[in-house]
Amino acid sequence: MALVLQTVDLQKRFGGIVATNDVSLSIEKGARHALIGPNGAGKTTVINLLTGVLRPTGGRILLEGEDITDLEAHKRVHLGIARTFQINQLFPDLTPLETIGLAVSERLGMGGQWWRLVGSKSAVVEQAVEVLDRFHLADVMHERTATLPYGKQRLVEIALAIACRPNVLLLDEPAAGVPEAERHDILAAVAALPKDVTVLLIEHDMDLVFSFADRISVLVNGELFVEGAPEDVARDPRVKAVYLGEEADA
Amino acid sequence: MLTILFDGIAYGMLLFVVACGLAVTLGLMNLVNLAHGAFAMAGGYITVVLVNRLGVPFLASLPLAFLLTAAIGVVLERTLYVHVYAKSHLEQVLFTIGLVFMSVAAVDYIMGSQQQFVRLPGYLQGQINVMGVGIGRYRLLIIAICGLLTIALQFALAGTRFGSRLRAAVDDERVARGLGINVNVVFAVTFAVGSGLAGLGGALGAEILGLDPTFPLKFMIYFLIVVTVGGTSSITGPFVASLLLGIADVAGKYYVPSLGAFVIYTVMIVVLIWRPQGLFSRAASR
Amino acid sequence: MMAAEESGDASRTLVAQANAALAARARWSPLEIAFWLAAAASIFLFPTKHLILTEIAILGLFALSLDLLLGYAGIVSLGHAAFFGFGAYAAGLLAKYHVVNEPVLALLASGIATMLLGFVTSFLVLRGSDLTRLMVTLGVALVLREIANRLEITGGADGLQGIVMDPILGRFSFDIYGHVAYVYSLIMLFALFLVARRIVNSPFGLSLRSLKGNPLRAAAIGIHVNGRLVAIYTIAAGYAGIAGALLTQTTQFASLSVLDFERSADVLLILIIGGTGYLYGGLIGAVLFKLMQDWLANLTPQYWQFWIGLILVIIVLVGRDRITRTTDPIRALVQRATDRVWSGVRGSG
Repeated sequence: MALVLQTVDLQKRFGGIVATNDVSLSIEKGARHALIGPNGAGKTTVINLLTGVLRPTGGRILLEGEDITDLEAHKRVHLGIARTFQINQLFPDLTPLETIGLAVSERLGMGGQWWRLVGSKSAVVEQAVEVLDRFHLADVMHERTATLPYGKQRLVEIALAIACRPNVLLLDEPAAGVPEAERHDILAAVAALPKDVTVLLIEHDMDLVFSFADRISVLVNGELFVEGAPEDVARDPRVKAVYLGEEADA
Repeated sequence: MLTILFDGIAYGMLLFVVACGLAVTLGLMNLVNLAHGAFAMAGGYITVVLVNRLGVPFLASLPLAFLLTAAIGVVLERTLYVHVYAKSHLEQVLFTIGLVFMSVAAVDYIMGSQQQFVRLPGYLQGQINVMGVGIGRYRLLIIAICGLLTIALQFALAGTRFGSRLRAAVDDERVARGLGINVNVVFAVTFAVGSGLAGLGGALGAEILGLDPTFPLKFMIYFLIVVTVGGTSSITGPFVASLLLGIADVAGKYYVPSLGAFVIYTVMIVVLIWRPQGLFSRAASR
Repeated sequence: MMAAEESGDASRTLVAQANAALAARARWSPLEIAFWLAAAASIFLFPTKHLILTEIAILGLFALSLDLLLGYAGIVSLGHAAFFGFGAYAAGLLAKYHVVNEPVLALLASGIATMLLGFVTSFLVLRGSDLTRLMVTLGVALVLREIANRLEITGGADGLQGIVMDPILGRFSFDIYGHVAYVYSLIMLFALFLVARRIVNSPFGLSLRSLKGNPLRAAAIGIHVNGRLVAIYTIAAGYAGIAGALLTQTTQFASLSVLDFERSADVLLILIIGGTGYLYGGLIGAVLFKLMQDWLANLTPQYWQFWIGLILVIIVLVGRDRITRTTDPIRALVQRATDRVWSGVRGSG
């Protein structure tokens, strides 16, 4: 299978602290890859490195064989990497329609146009509405995002990444903080992601991880600890040890 | 040459005494206080009134300037500033510019717009000669007082219980509260001392910096330069920045008067772009 | 088959709704039309007040330019006078040395020159926190003021004297009552307002609002955040430069005061009084500011700054959002009126 996203000896130091230590990940095209690990293992740091929010202090990142290590964040999006955030990162004053429309017009290369009125390109509006409809957000698309219930905001969070039409989607704890009643919608949305999109999922909910992933990497203290098929990882005593909070002597 | 260096050091030390309170309020309370210079002005005018009108001896007026300005500081802190700690920097700027405008107009109204001079006692006037270098007596006094203050301040921050509480509150306000430190009191005391020092600096500096109602506006940028260039993570940074600024300013005005403050502003911009946290701060402390 | 058709219909309805909602944002409300009609009427209603009205129009344009920066892109500035002053001196020099004699052309030339300055200095405000931005913008204005103070060509502390303006378009000469100056300034303000209105309602304008709220996410959906900031900074600088140039052209004088810190602080105050992020804030703020200045200066000449300061303090203590919230019912009313008027237009058309 072709690799779509790959890191080679990825490293990130903050002063004396090593947050990511020689992580080499290989993610196959169309994979449902989960990245798990105890709190503070550096999972979100890896996503921040992959998306260009942080610059690595060592190592390389390859997207379909191209080195994107030094590429700015927004350019990576144009190359097909999109992400969601563990804590909602939305535009509180904009409506979901405007929010999704932004991503769509940016993808179509129209985001910088300053003499055209918003909404005057039907392709943008149609695609935005299509995404909103798919995530059951059409009924609230004219309301200020800040006023939406948390579960709906969580859906906007995911829909916004999807609106970028990524080849690789990085999901950072999509179900985090969502009340039980609204949880089903989020899980359904994650399950319904198009099959051709490669997904890297960070999640604490093991039920979700094992029902979703076809490959799992375990990160401990910034280092890649174990990687393999879900059933192998589940059986691995070292992983159990980490999750039971014992000292893991690898 | 050496006289200029000496004048520059005196000037820089004055700047430091005035600005160190600003460094602490900015570093500790994350408060952009553009009105800090107004406290220095208050100290200056207090001394003028005490010495020239009430006949208080100059040296006795200095501690009074400190205490009165500190009192003004603590009143304003409890009544006004406490409401803007949590607001954005933009709003703090608007608020403190408002205070600056008010203080400028109020002082103009009460004292008039002309420049004020403190009647210095005879023993502080004139120069003494040290190995062929003319040294102003008054400037010597400034350096002595400011030097002692700096040492005292360093000791107070590093060696006393209050200092450690202050540093605890700087590092993590919530944890400090959790440890039973009354952060509000720490803030108020710090603010009072900071404004008191500004007042003392203003009292000492009335003669050298020039005292008129536009003082807070004229020197605002200097105090800000000290704080932003020096960083707020220690008082050594602002101290070094003050001395450099003082020497550069005096030397610049003497040797290349045609350039004016141009160089200083340019250097400030360069430093801010190069090291947004300040020249002497621990890199990326936050 | 039936279901597919139904869902097709449903999505068409949604798209139509979305189009309507987006178009509604850019629509002219009756209140806006009334505002500009009133501005035009002021030419005939207050013929003796044209000098102060010209000042208001120029201040309004200056504040509008700051609104583009602060209200839409969230860039704080304590040195916006840098661009105002640069434009003012540029227009003065162009006229004095007969480089460009026709005022409208000279105005555009000054604006473009200031845009260049804005473009170059924009890279200084990309990095750092609000505090750094405040200091850097303040520093740039101070540096420019020092330069203007030292250079011979700008006249130093005496200001740029001996500027004589040619008639506008070769036909309308400036008069001492400021009639021509006011009409000229108002037309320029309106034209530039239209452009600004277009810009903020474009995808570019929307992306500015997004990165103001959340630059991290804006970059994560592919928006080139720094590129957009450079663009709006350049545009806003041009607007401020044109405002400054207008001042020089209508007063035939440029002095160091155009670069004063007080001017940067005043324009911030004007914008804050009027409110940020809806374009009219700067214009309304300019009217209020001048009226207040006039009134307070009559009450206590020379101490009016005290009251301005007090207003700033009160605005912050009461809370800006709380003040804008008091106007919410009015805004809602206007919105409803707009919808009704426009649906009426469509119904009859």
